[in-house]
Amino acid sequence: MADDRPAQGPRFRWPVEWLGILPFAVFAVLFLILPTMKIVVGAFQTPEGGFTFQNIIELNTDSIRSAYWTSIKLSFVTALLGCAVGFAMAAAVVFGGLPKGIRSPLLTFSGVASNFAGVPLAFAFIATLGPVGLVTVWLRTEFGINLRAMGFNLLSFWGLVITYLFFQIPLMILIITPALDGLKREWREAAAVLGATGVQYWRMVALPILFPSILGTFALLFANAFGAVATAFALTGPQLNIVPIKLFAQIRGDVLGNPNLGYALAFGMIVITAAANFLYIWLRVRSERWLK
Amino acid sequence: MSFLNLSHLEKSFGANRVVKDFNLAVEKGEFISLLGPSGCGKTTVLRMVAGFEVPTSGGIVIDGQDVTGLKANQRNIGMMFQAYALFPNLTVAENVAFGLKVKGVAKDRRDARVAEMLRLIGLPEMGGRYPFQLSGGQQQRVALARALAPSPRVLLLDEPLSALDAKVRVSLRNEIREIQRELGITTIFVTHDQEEALSMSDRVVVMNGGIAEQVGAPFEVYNRPATRFVATFVGTLNIFDGKVTGPETAEVAGVPVRLAEPVAVAQGARLSLALRPEAVHLGRKEGAEVVLPAVIQGVEFLGSIIRVRAEVAGSVVALDTFNRSDAPPPAIGTQAEVSLSGRDLIVLQD
Amino acid sequence: MMRLVAWGTLVLGCLYFLLPLLGMTEFSLKMRRGEYSLDAYRVVFADPRFWETFGYSLALSAATIVVGVVLVVPTAYWVRLRLPQARPFVEFVTLLPLVIPAIVIVFGYIRLYNTSSFLPLTGSAFGTDILLTMGYATLALPYMYRSVDTGLRTIDVGVLTEAAQSLGAGWFTILARIILPNVMVAVLSGAFLTLAIVMGEFTMAALLNRPAFGPYMQLLGANRAYEPPALAVIAFAITWGCMGLMQLVTRFAKHERAKA
Repeated sequence: MADDRPAQGPRFRWPVEWLGILPFAVFAVLFLILPTMKIVVGAFQTPEGGFTFQNIIELNTDSIRSAYWTSIKLSFVTALLGCAVGFAMAAAVVFGGLPKGIRSPLLTFSGVASNFAGVPLAFAFIATLGPVGLVTVWLRTEFGINLRAMGFNLLSFWGLVITYLFFQIPLMILIITPALDGLKREWREAAAVLGATGVQYWRMVALPILFPSILGTFALLFANAFGAVATAFALTGPQLNIVPIKLFAQIRGDVLGNPNLGYALAFGMIVITAAANFLYIWLRVRSERWLK
Repeated sequence: MSFLNLSHLEKSFGANRVVKDFNLAVEKGEFISLLGPSGCGKTTVLRMVAGFEVPTSGGIVIDGQDVTGLKANQRNIGMMFQAYALFPNLTVAENVAFGLKVKGVAKDRRDARVAEMLRLIGLPEMGGRYPFQLSGGQQQRVALARALAPSPRVLLLDEPLSALDAKVRVSLRNEIREIQRELGITTIFVTHDQEEALSMSDRVVVMNGGIAEQVGAPFEVYNRPATRFVATFVGTLNIFDGKVTGPETAEVAGVPVRLAEPVAVAQGARLSLALRPEAVHLGRKEGAEVVLPAVIQGVEFLGSIIRVRAEVAGSVVALDTFNRSDAPPPAIGTQAEVSLSGRDLIVLQD
Repeated sequence: MMRLVAWGTLVLGCLYFLLPLLGMTEFSLKMRRGEYSLDAYRVVFADPRFWETFGYSLALSAATIVVGVVLVVPTAYWVRLRLPQARPFVEFVTLLPLVIPAIVIVFGYIRLYNTSSFLPLTGSAFGTDILLTMGYATLALPYMYRSVDTGLRTIDVGVLTEAAQSLGAGWFTILARIILPNVMVAVLSGAFLTLAIVMGEFTMAALLNRPAFGPYMQLLGANRAYEPPALAVIAFAITWGCMGLMQLVTRFAKHERAKA
């Protein structure tokens, strides 16, 4: 392009402007990109440094496969339920004709609860739904319902789901409430006056408009649950068979017998969260033709 | 029985009575404007007709059917909104087809109707575009097509021009009126812009404080305002010091004049005499009853019209003259004369 | 009907959120047999390890906030002012920590900065502290950047900069005296959120073997019965405090602006 233009003005300028973000770039490279690259490269290396697919192949054992499967299921279920319940609560507050005073406390509380994850959250649920927890004891003494006997265990898959929802739901509320506010009253009224029922309005107008936001939050919630270590660890200790716990144990003391298998395990986590996000971006591009 | 009847409509939000005993009978094919300042209740009346607000009392009858208790989606009404209320996720054609689709009209009939509507609004090629790809004026035309596609009984327009820039506003209002005439659809138009109301309507309803102050043709509302509010809200007005001396006579600045029609007021009641700017003439006009000395205070050149402010008998009067290329506007501070006649006087009662 | 459904949804949701909070509070008061007491809290507060780890995490939070502000404010400012073409790249990087799990990042740290590497940060306690701070700054990056960038959007960066330059201000002065005060609310919001994140963080501190509050809570949880819920109550109070302060600065700023 520069060829057919006569040489006028400065011929070449060092991109000094880019120096302005040099500190940020250095930080990002050192503490975000290089460590990630190290994992990715390590996943394809022998302990001696040679190239191999062996680590990836070794992931294909019953124990690791089931760990991934449990993790994916856990993340998917908590993201799905988190989105559904969070959406319902946000919609109740925005459209349900509830007093205006409810909204601000709910959003503040959501901010708190979405950050109240990790170790203390596990304690709270143990004190509530654990063997001698508040709800467990209350149900047993007042109604004779024995959760244990009914097969409920806080340390099981569904126990984890219930616990994870405590930070997943509020995150959805925080993100989707502004999106719900963005639905103009005129759209609903225009639909109504054109003869559409409430259901038709939601199916043909509101949900398609909200779809990208919901999908984005779903991807975020999925990654959020997939990488969570502390809650599960404090709840169940190192024996629970989900990927982050397995990786945690591996980093602490090489339980897999192959140091580079840890890289492969971590690489698998990146692949899955990245895949979830690419899926999101792809669907978003498809569903957002109507946006600039 | 008229086509659309609003009888004794009342609407209160809490203790706030927004619409008070509102009555209106609209003939089939008529174009009616609700004109008034913001907060006068005009939009609330429209929203009650649309079915978005439930009247506190009173009834709405369309074509012999009482629709007061019906939901918005059962009324078969078309509506255009102030802001761009097109569905952003649907194309122009899908927007226009929306009302037909929810009614379950078959696809081929739907497509034919959409093509017809897009031709009507002059955008036949735009069916595949999304709303964000259109200008504001084009979006509002599509909104009109969307409202008309299901062949509604009544068309409601809620300040559809107020978000557009001046040029588009004028051309679109002519277009809306033309389409309305062509289809013969009964229309209620809400606006706070008197020029829009006067230029488009068969009849204008001037509203204030939840009450219809006057209902009449634009010519009538402008020239024979029923109340002081209507007179001052519609158009510019010069209030004169004067008094009514008999049923058909008055005095302006001590000069006796003859009124156009008899006023029925008790002798000695507090009255004001008013004149439109175009009824006051600069210079000595043939046949004028009163000629008064004046001092020019300001000149606004508006193009075809020159608005002059002049001090006359102690008060400032606005008067309009037509622009003429051979007569430059008067200079500020010069002495002049203005003339006026009693038949142009508007008598305002309190 | 609609309102009934809305109320039902909300009440059920709130019940789900309140029960665990109630549960942990009630449990934390039950240390003494047969009556409610604050014994668990007394024991926790009497534990020197509690104060050590708490202080350590607090200090690290402060360091993280400083690093975050120094890193994010100039970058976000520069991108808005001179490098809009770098925006996609910078935004992508700031979003990465939401996609790459913390445990993967810290795993990379351990292998990359071990004693035999080009930057042997894990070789000393101080080096590890720096590494942990950087790790926390990474975790907080998405929130900090978003917050500051939103704050910058509300002021006219270009005009402010030119006005300051015409009065003879240098880049440091512009950033410290003009830009930072104008986005103070956003910075403080980001800072309190960072504080909340760092105080409860477990994974990075545990794997880097540093005596932070998160690993301390976990350790206590594995060995004791009544102290953990007391710690949970304390942690919840900290989180609530951070969010409350966040709201407070935002509201205060709105108030200030309304007065002006």
